[in-house]
Amino acid sequence: MAVDDAVLRSPEGPPGARAAAPAAGPPGPAARPDFQIVPVRGLPIVAVILVFLIVSIAAHWLWAIDLFHVAGGGLWTGIDLFVGLVIGPILGRLSIPARMEFSVRFMPKMVLIMPTLVVITLAAGWQLARQLGNLNPGAAMHAWLVASYIVVGVMAIIALGLLEPANIAVLFELKKPQPNGLLIAKLMRRFVYAAGILGLMQVATLIIMSHIAVG
Amino acid sequence: MTAADHADGPPPGPGGPPTLEKQNLPPITELAVVTLGLIIVGGIYMAAHVPHPVNLAPAIGLLAAGGLLVVVNVILLTRISEFAWDVFWRVGGWTFLAYLVIGGMLIYVFTLDHVRGGPMVVLFAMIFVFMIDVPLIVAFTVARYQPTASARAAASAAPAPA
Repeated sequence: MAVDDAVLRSPEGPPGARAAAPAAGPPGPAARPDFQIVPVRGLPIVAVILVFLIVSIAAHWLWAIDLFHVAGGGLWTGIDLFVGLVIGPILGRLSIPARMEFSVRFMPKMVLIMPTLVVITLAAGWQLARQLGNLNPGAAMHAWLVASYIVVGVMAIIALGLLEPANIAVLFELKKPQPNGLLIAKLMRRFVYAAGILGLMQVATLIIMSHIAVG
Repeated sequence: MTAADHADGPPPGPGGPPTLEKQNLPPITELAVVTLGLIIVGGIYMAAHVPHPVNLAPAIGLLAAGGLLVVVNVILLTRISEFAWDVFWRVGGWTFLAYLVIGGMLIYVFTLDHVRGGPMVVLFAMIFVFMIDVPLIVAFTVARYQPTASARAAASAAPAPA
């Protein structure tokens, strides 16, 4: 870790930066690709999705509400599992410069993708439950529904209290001329552990939703 | 174990101005996460009952506790002397805007589902606390690792190393 940090702060910058630098000329400071913390180009896509969701709910389009819930939930679950159980362990074994390069490209996208998926899945899921009569406390599936609220609630505390702040703090650190490798490593560790726990909790969501789907 | 595992925060970078992690900052994040937990438990309680009549006392208790913690957090924040307030407000403002959209979606859905009267007031208040609390967590987590404006000014005024 200390060696990685020394490399990160060395005047030549990380190895990737040296490779990306022009062949001629003196070695410069760490050259990371410039990036936006919130990818502005993705915002119109998010807006279109949200507007379509609002219209679908207002017009009671059951097929669209079902699409939002199934597709959004599937992606949310899949991404959480993949990041927590596949990407996370790989990321943990990379050098800090490699983690930084990955984070610069990966994390801004997550800033847009995950909140959007969460909103469409939950809003559509609530409407779906209402239209199918499952919100009624007397409904056969109501207990499973409440179980899903509890799982999502715990996931929300982890995601909003730990994962998202760590994600954004890493991006701000990466924006600095000389990012602190130790800080990035510390926050990324928090990110990866939180993503792993969320991934495991998504297994519970899959079981609950499968029960609800078959009635 | 590394130094980073033990330290409350990383050591200040040799090339940049000192950040705030050396300070003993109040437990803003911890209190805000507890607030989030209270609001989410209250939200689950409400969601498990609406659209049917619901005893609001437990939800109001959770909401009051959450609201109190937000007030305590704000007071603790105002007592921090040196802080990257510019970053805090910038991040907090944009995050609040994002959560305004999310909160708006929740209110829209509950309104459409004919939730009215006391339950709607409690849900609205819970969503409001949620919209304040999450940006506070994000903004504080980001700003605590950023140099203060005065530290940045001092660093830029210092002569560059030979």
